[in-house]
Amino acid sequence: MAAAAPKRTGAVESYSTWRWTDRLALALCWACGIALCVAAASILLYMGFRGLQYLRPELLFERPTGAVDQTKSGGILDPILGTLMLTVLGTAIAIPLAVCVAIWLVEYGRPAGLARAVESGVEIVAGTPSIVLAIFGLIIFQQPWLGWLSFTAEGGGVFGRSLINASIMMSFIALPLVVGATREGLNAIPGHVREASYALGKTKAATIRRVLLPAVRPSIATGTALGMGRIAGDTAIVIILLGNTLLIEPQEGMPVLGLLTGTGSTLTSYVYENSPAGEGGAYEKAYAAAFVLLLVVLVLNFAVARVVGGSSTSRSNLWNR
Amino acid sequence: MATSAPTATGRPLAALARLREPWTDRRAELVLGAVSCFVLALIVGMVVFVFSKAWPSFSHNGLGWFGDTGNVNQQMDRIQQPGTAEPVYDFGAFDLIWGTVLTTGVAVLFGAAFSTLAAIFMVEFAPESLRRILTPTVSLLAAVPSVIYGLIGILVLAPFVGDLISQDRKESVAGVISLTGENWLLATFILAVMIIPIMTAIIAQALRQVPRGWTEGAAALGVNRWRVMWTISVRTARPAIVAGAVLATGRALGEAIMLAMVSGGTAFAPNPVDGLTFFLEPTRPLAATIVFYREGLANPAMASTLYGIAAVLLVSAMALSIGAYVVKQPMKKYGIRT
Repeated sequence: MAAAAPKRTGAVESYSTWRWTDRLALALCWACGIALCVAAASILLYMGFRGLQYLRPELLFERPTGAVDQTKSGGILDPILGTLMLTVLGTAIAIPLAVCVAIWLVEYGRPAGLARAVESGVEIVAGTPSIVLAIFGLIIFQQPWLGWLSFTAEGGGVFGRSLINASIMMSFIALPLVVGATREGLNAIPGHVREASYALGKTKAATIRRVLLPAVRPSIATGTALGMGRIAGDTAIVIILLGNTLLIEPQEGMPVLGLLTGTGSTLTSYVYENSPAGEGGAYEKAYAAAFVLLLVVLVLNFAVARVVGGSSTSRSNLWNR
Repeated sequence: MATSAPTATGRPLAALARLREPWTDRRAELVLGAVSCFVLALIVGMVVFVFSKAWPSFSHNGLGWFGDTGNVNQQMDRIQQPGTAEPVYDFGAFDLIWGTVLTTGVAVLFGAAFSTLAAIFMVEFAPESLRRILTPTVSLLAAVPSVIYGLIGILVLAPFVGDLISQDRKESVAGVISLTGENWLLATFILAVMIIPIMTAIIAQALRQVPRGWTEGAAALGVNRWRVMWTISVRTARPAIVAGAVLATGRALGEAIMLAMVSGGTAFAPNPVDGLTFFLEPTRPLAATIVFYREGLANPAMASTLYGIAAVLLVSAMALSIGAYVVKQPMKKYGIRT
């Protein structure tokens, strides 16, 4: 960088001097890039068009009914509530666990063998298909000693499907994302920040609590929003572990616990069941629910972009001033 | 730690008050370590549980589990309703495995080529305005839930493809399978759309981290921009391309809902000998089969078979994550983090 860079002119090189294979490859690059944009735009526009065509405001506030006649089958209030509850519960379970694991891995990590094992375990969960998590959850929650988490039949058979069970398995989907984001955040904090805290006489635990945790809050938020998007978009765990009843059906007798141990549905399972692949052929309702689902996921995704965009510059300024 | 707060009177209150005190290092390490061990135990428990449930099906069929031992649809019907008191375990998953390999393999091969070109475009050739659109576009495509891809596939693309198939072709195979728009090629196409954004993001990140001096050196020797990208950047980022492909393979293997919706829903092994019809034949990959027979989980024999499928998926996913770790090592040599 000693010599001044030559002034850039508009036409640096002309493609006509390229060999034809290079020009063909360049054309392919353009084609692939444009195709990505076209695919995204067509999905968004088509779902938006269908969604606005079939989504009426009253659908959002009406409970669904099982009628075959589509004018009487009600709205999508219960699936929306189901998605909200499942997403919130799932991340609420995942965040404390994931943050603890990430802090332990980065700040302590002793004995090293155990740390490696935990690391690979989290990696395994990240790669596990959600359908496998779903049917694993079913065997676990059908054990008699976990019967209080769901509906128990008269003969003593445990149903194993409930909101809380589905949330616990959903938290496994969010867990690796939050662990990964938090670890990355912790690794990005320079060592001198920790040393400054120790020099002031703080213990390691106090440093974690007062210095590191506030600093990685944006990373945790990023991981959480990504995890929420994945939970809201997951179908397999819902149709297997949530019971997949159209309405939210709390167990009787218990006010809050009944809701948690009851069954329900989410937007994803509603879309699946109303598509030709499921039982009903109510594609108008499926489009409307899919549109709402797409909006939810996109909002979460842009929340990530805002958090990441806002924090990466400010954080590096914060430490390296 | 031993000094309890003066306000605490009873034992539980004292314990609560002690929790509010600043934690000592030792306690913090123990608590955090215990939580990590708890998570690890859950994960190990999952692997063990899935295998123990799958054992009856594996031990009964032996290696035949992976082979072609008859029509899978009929086998699964017999497992579901044996008609005798004895549970039936006979099962050979070849058709399902072939369906998985076909959809995943073709989608990943096509996706890897496409994503490499798209990533080169994103990093090097796209005009500034397009580049600003492309990054959110890729994350948007990655974020769309699979059930929405499935819905578009089954309601829009499948009828369109179904209309293109001639009546003669449908009649020629009428006795064996019905050719609708739902076939493995359509499923593979949608699968590719789902995994391309993941791969593109990984490859683009690696291409951006190729040391500037390397590409500038090549450009200074008079090499054109495409050659610089292809011979220097792509070659350096080759491990990232493989790692992205491995990650995408894991995603494609586990994709259940979209494939259950558009792959045709019948266990059939598309046969390349069938000529053009091959591309229009239905199939049903492993993960989609679990969704398909989810009501049968109450039946022990059926459950064992489905957990066997889950165990195969789990082992494949584990092998893939080890593979991704191994192929990423050469990048570290250059100081490139992926």
